[in-house]
Amino acid sequence: MYVAVKGGERAILNSHALLEETRRGDTAHPELTLAQIREQLGLAVDRVMTEGSLYDPDLAALALKQACGDVIEAVFLLRAYRTTLPRFGLSEPVDTGRMAIRRRISATFKDLPGGQVLGPTFDYTHRLIDFGLAGTADRADAPTAPTPVDDSMPRVTDILDSQSLIESERPEPDERDVPDITRDPLRFPAPRGARLQNLARGDEGFLLSLGYSTQRGYGRNHPFVGEVRLGEVAVEFVPEELGFPIEIGEITVTECQMVNHFKGSKTQPPQFTRGYGLTFGHCERKAMSMALVDRALRGRELGEAPEAPVQDEEFVLYHCDNIQATGFVEHLKLPHYVDFQSELAMVRALREAVAKATSAPSAQETADHA
Amino acid sequence: MSSEVLLKVSGLEHRYGKHVGCTDVSFDLYPGEVLGIVGESGAGKSTLLKCLATQIEPTAGTVEYRGRDGVMRDIFALSEAERRLLLRTDWGLVHQNPRDGLRMGVSAGGNVGECLMAVGERHYGQIREQAGHWLQQVEIDLDRIDHMPETFSGGMQQRVQIARNLVTRPRLMFMDEPTGGLDVSVQARLLDLLRRLVGELGLSAIVVTHDLGVVRLLAHRLMVMQAGRVVEHGLTDQVLDDPQHPYSQLLVSSILRV
Amino acid sequence: MHEPGYNFAYLDEQTKRMIRRGLLKAVAIPGHQVPFGSREMPLPYGWGTGGIQITAAILGRSDVLKVIDQGADDTTNAVSIRRFFARTAGVRTTERTREATVIQTRHRIPETPLTEGQTLVFQVPIPEPLRWMEASERETRAMHALQEYGVMRVSLYEDVARHGRIAKTYDYPVTVNERYIMSPSPIPKFDNPKLDRNPALQLFGAGRERRLYAVPPYTRVKSLDFEDHPFHVETWDQPCALCGSTTSFLDEIITDDAGTRMMVCSDTDHCTQRRAEAEDAEPMRRVAS
Repeated sequence: MYVAVKGGERAILNSHALLEETRRGDTAHPELTLAQIREQLGLAVDRVMTEGSLYDPDLAALALKQACGDVIEAVFLLRAYRTTLPRFGLSEPVDTGRMAIRRRISATFKDLPGGQVLGPTFDYTHRLIDFGLAGTADRADAPTAPTPVDDSMPRVTDILDSQSLIESERPEPDERDVPDITRDPLRFPAPRGARLQNLARGDEGFLLSLGYSTQRGYGRNHPFVGEVRLGEVAVEFVPEELGFPIEIGEITVTECQMVNHFKGSKTQPPQFTRGYGLTFGHCERKAMSMALVDRALRGRELGEAPEAPVQDEEFVLYHCDNIQATGFVEHLKLPHYVDFQSELAMVRALREAVAKATSAPSAQETADHA
Repeated sequence: MSSEVLLKVSGLEHRYGKHVGCTDVSFDLYPGEVLGIVGESGAGKSTLLKCLATQIEPTAGTVEYRGRDGVMRDIFALSEAERRLLLRTDWGLVHQNPRDGLRMGVSAGGNVGECLMAVGERHYGQIREQAGHWLQQVEIDLDRIDHMPETFSGGMQQRVQIARNLVTRPRLMFMDEPTGGLDVSVQARLLDLLRRLVGELGLSAIVVTHDLGVVRLLAHRLMVMQAGRVVEHGLTDQVLDDPQHPYSQLLVSSILRV
Repeated sequence: MHEPGYNFAYLDEQTKRMIRRGLLKAVAIPGHQVPFGSREMPLPYGWGTGGIQITAAILGRSDVLKVIDQGADDTTNAVSIRRFFARTAGVRTTERTREATVIQTRHRIPETPLTEGQTLVFQVPIPEPLRWMEASERETRAMHALQEYGVMRVSLYEDVARHGRIAKTYDYPVTVNERYIMSPSPIPKFDNPKLDRNPALQLFGAGRERRLYAVPPYTRVKSLDFEDHPFHVETWDQPCALCGSTTSFLDEIITDDAGTRMMVCSDTDHCTQRRAEAEDAEPMRRVAS
């Protein structure tokens, strides 16, 4: 005799317990500390902060620990937490021109004021596995330079702008309000601020592939890396009671300014165009990809006919959020047996109708007999 | 032909920045009349047609249309909803490329039937019957009613597009190079079809084309355009046989028969 | 008592107000999709965040909540959502349709007829009924505004031309209040008639897609069809193997390797009630005979 299966609640609780055990792993090994994750898996922490759109390295480290290293799961934890936080207001725009530079490179000029500062990068390493890292031997610190990094590090785009060689980046007069895509639904056509917010939170892999596609002919925009810079910037806020800005802290950001194909017309002399990328921490790949996609999406205002997926605003912005994406993809695991039952009934009925029609002497147009 | 004007165009102009698409265009169209608009590429014919069919908005001038209730209305003073309704019922628009005027993922019958369903038809059998009737009117075999447009030749796709437009019995058709891109023999057949339909149904039409042979066969009157302006306007035979304006003369004398 | 550190039902009061304003607009325009600022929730998008936000926005301390998925109270996601509200709102929960004031559901409408004062909250994955025919949101919004529903009707025509009947079985499109075409969420078409002139308030939430819509009580809801191919619901050739019902939606259970099937009510509460009533009737019959 069939008895309806019960015990869903107990199964869930047991599953949570098993997950907890799996997360901890073999207790013969010491438990990870947040400091270890924050210090030694910094790039994962940076990615979680960027896509979680919350600057808190310790919290991001905790999320990674709780998520067993699953970056998207960690981002989800941060986003859900972020929703509950009170908002004080908007900061002043961050001035990356006053950044305490740790890395700054430009592909558009061989040399420029402040020079090319390589900083900590994988760029010129040889990807040979370092088996020495299997142990925990101490390593010597990197040597300190005799003189500090130059104070004057003008942005390449500012240099080009001062000669009117690149389009100006000034907000439209009616663009006073900064949109907040976590509060208001996205509408199309989307203003640039909303697009950039989306991209900043967007999945690195998705944006990387889209950016790559522009380099292979799917919406080409002739990019040059005007500048990539990494370092600390001050965050300033104007409390109502004071009426002037105070510095409330410092964050690490990576900024990428792409210099793209020039645009001009009979009435307007040509200028280079821009693409912009900004991330928390050191997420260079993401910042560059974001800049490529930003420029592609600006095709509309620059009069470019949308031909490639990366130029389709709705396609890019709807699908770059990996929390939405994973939610919907993974929801397929939920029971769908009622709808499946309806489909089964229809398929059986249609097959019956076809069988009847092909066995009948005159094959007429099938009629609805249900 | 009725003596009441169907479409009245006054001083119509469209500019993009400094560039003039078309300017100072005025004419009257009567029921049952076919007006041809000719000129070389870039003369402004397509721009003019797009303005008339409300695909783009003119920068100056008016377009007035007499509805089935007999009232003359300024088309661009109507709401977008009213304009789109007009396009679905009173007017037809035949694109140069049939892919622009058809749903490629829908059967021929579905394409023709959609316009009936869009105006409230709810009986499948009747929708199918009417779709079949109009497909036959454009000389497409009834056994192709469930086939996808992809499986049709260019000429057949064009005929499905025409059927799709005719099913709501429009009073005014806009056609942009209706025979463009088709084989000469296919063109001839299509033109004969159009001429028959226009005559039988008492349609008015505005046909844009660079092919003088098309206007000779279809149009009662002709407008010649050059650099965005109408340089000559008159009865088709008169303009073709005795062109007055130098540009018209050039056009007529350099007819290339393929 | 609900979990400390969180507001009642998790969402802050401002967010609840924002959602309720959206719901009021939705109720004022039956079947019209209202965009809203959907929040990131502790449950994944696609797993009911829209329904959860609506429930959180309308729930009061004296409400009684029922949560079902595929018609059953103890499917894993229904359990998970019910636990979420137990933790964050501390409201009474129930499995009895008759006792609930708010019912959150995924993919089914309860068999037990609802009454005035009850609210049914649907979880919706894709709120746009025209999405499969037109991918662009801008275009579909214009189509709804201008009542240009030709694409939808064409898809039904194509079904009949190809299969001899309309082949949609779930998420079957409806016209609400003779104006908007709406997606009723992926309920089987069997449940569509229950939407029509229901005394309960029916609210629909799509969290990931950020849309709310509603069908106020006693509103006309009609499933799309052709005059000569009228809408009809599924039927089975066997009753429920447990309670004998011939009028409820049945699930197919495979009971052995040979594929032997058994049909059982999808609505577990309905089935349980029927079996309880049958048992109550038993002693009476024994006395009578």
